[in-house]
Amino acid sequence: MKMREPFAVKDCALIAIATGEQAQTLRELRDRLETTSTSCIYYHFWGGLLRARFDDPEYQNDFAVWAYRSLHDKALAERLALINPTDYHYLEDLRRELIDSIEERLDESEYVPWAKSSQRFHFVRSQIVVFDTDTRIEKPYELPGLLQHMSPGTIFYHFIDARRRPPFGRDDFTEWIAGFSQNYHALTDALESIDPYFTNLIELREELSLVMSKNMLMKG
Amino acid sequence: MMPNLLEQYAKIVGEEVIDQLRQLARHLHGMKVVHVNSTKSGGGVAEILHRLIPLKQELGIDATWEVIEGDDEFYQCTKLFHNCLQGNRLDINESLLRHFEHTNKINGEKLMESLREADIVFIHDPQPAPLIVNCPDRKGRWIWRCHIDLSHPYRPVWKYLKDFVKEYDASIWSLSEFAQMLPHPLYLIPPSIDPLSKKNIDIPEKDLEKAYSTWGLDPQRPIITQVSRFDRFKDPVGVIHSYRLVKEFNSIQLVLAGGGATDDPEGEEVLRQVRASAGDDPDIHVLLLPPDDHLNINIIQRISDIILQKSTREGFGLTVTEGMWKGRPVIGGDTGGIRLQVINHHTGFLVNTPEGAALRIRYLLKHRDRLAEMGQKARQFVLENFLITRHLREYLTLMVAVMYETVDRIEPE
Repeated sequence: MKMREPFAVKDCALIAIATGEQAQTLRELRDRLETTSTSCIYYHFWGGLLRARFDDPEYQNDFAVWAYRSLHDKALAERLALINPTDYHYLEDLRRELIDSIEERLDESEYVPWAKSSQRFHFVRSQIVVFDTDTRIEKPYELPGLLQHMSPGTIFYHFIDARRRPPFGRDDFTEWIAGFSQNYHALTDALESIDPYFTNLIELREELSLVMSKNMLMKG
Repeated sequence: MMPNLLEQYAKIVGEEVIDQLRQLARHLHGMKVVHVNSTKSGGGVAEILHRLIPLKQELGIDATWEVIEGDDEFYQCTKLFHNCLQGNRLDINESLLRHFEHTNKINGEKLMESLREADIVFIHDPQPAPLIVNCPDRKGRWIWRCHIDLSHPYRPVWKYLKDFVKEYDASIWSLSEFAQMLPHPLYLIPPSIDPLSKKNIDIPEKDLEKAYSTWGLDPQRPIITQVSRFDRFKDPVGVIHSYRLVKEFNSIQLVLAGGGATDDPEGEEVLRQVRASAGDDPDIHVLLLPPDDHLNINIIQRISDIILQKSTREGFGLTVTEGMWKGRPVIGGDTGGIRLQVINHHTGFLVNTPEGAALRIRYLLKHRDRLAEMGQKARQFVLENFLITRHLREYLTLMVAVMYETVDRIEPE
């Protein structure tokens, strides 16, 4: 998005695709993770926000949930759950971290943790369809009011998915606001400090709205 | 077509959800989409198509619905397919298979024009699967939608059907556990319920009050209900066992409501066992209801305190979704799609034994505030994830996606 151009509000919808890859043991999970596509890694970390999932899950990513529910390995589940995907600009780095955690657990274990046949891990990737909502925002002060009406898909696209697009690791709101003036420094810092991982999209929308309103008020 | 169908749904799911459908559908305006299945009424597929087609039309898509025709021999063969795909090891003789193919060839000739010109064709379940080989000069994308639990198919039968299915451009499965390897994208779309259908619409209080006397139930005492076919995998005898364990502490009533079992010899046997196990206990109500008695099922779920679905094996478990939509917590078997819906300690409890179910029933009856809270969470969870509007959104997303092959991110102009 070019600086100072109106902010084009987009929305997105996700559709899941089974890759057919499965794992029944922790070693199989490690092996599949070496070769599976990065879009699979992305889906199992972030896809939960846009698909049928309870808003308050015990663990945020699918690997941790599987370790807990199917391998019954709480220590591994806790370690995997703590991997925060926003810490990694590149999915390959996230993959490496995931594999390292699993290998560490395999080294510690006297046997390879395994799941019942009916509780295998199924690898899933996704396609995201992005569409224009026709809403345009001219000035940053309009954002807090409009945010409340944005769909969860819009929040996902601009605040989470944006980090996968150039410039990597930054959300669209921060990127756009930063193009206006130095006056918005405090706001962009506050936005960048929001952790989008341990939450759901509705709560994230509220948090964004609160941070923006507060900073705009302080300015105005 | 019902006017303002989308507005009716907006009242339930919110304008924001309907706006998103409209924006997505803009990229599909005027597109010719044909759905094909084997029955116009009865069964979940027909139920969902009755609603999806007018909704797609209201969104500007030229959607139509075709139904193939067959004789008794054809349906005998497809019934065998259905059983085998769900794991029964039954052999199907060659002449039945040839008749199945021939019936599809005749239907293919009849539907040729509409199918050939369509931009997207959705073929539902195995019955019309061979239509694709009877339409060689098709111009659109063909997608096979599997509504069946195919997690443990009888391999020889799946191998036979796979030869047709692999010709499609994509397939759709309800859960990743059901998806079989094929040389095309395997999309995942869980099923949904329709909040405006007879099974799920709100019922006036006076009709609910009348229901107690209709079914001989006491409104003053708790009612625990399982709605399902009389099938061994639904464990109705285990449910009676749970009821007896609870009955020592709480004066509860049990309702086991399900369809008749006239065409299913095993179902009759299970029903016999259920009746024998129930004995002459006046608080166990075994209700045999016709499969289309949706309103009564709806009423029974609404006058119940807790819904059970103590299956030992389950596809998706739409009766779980229906129970949750009525604001009731569900105690469900820890299997299949139940796991996707029953979030332990939040929307209900997952259990593995009759003892586990009894324990959770007693807990909820003792803590009525928790029962009410979990019921509310269950309804909210269905509202956000398992209504037909979500199903439609995923269909629309898929339709855009298949037009753009297999790239990860699609931004249509």
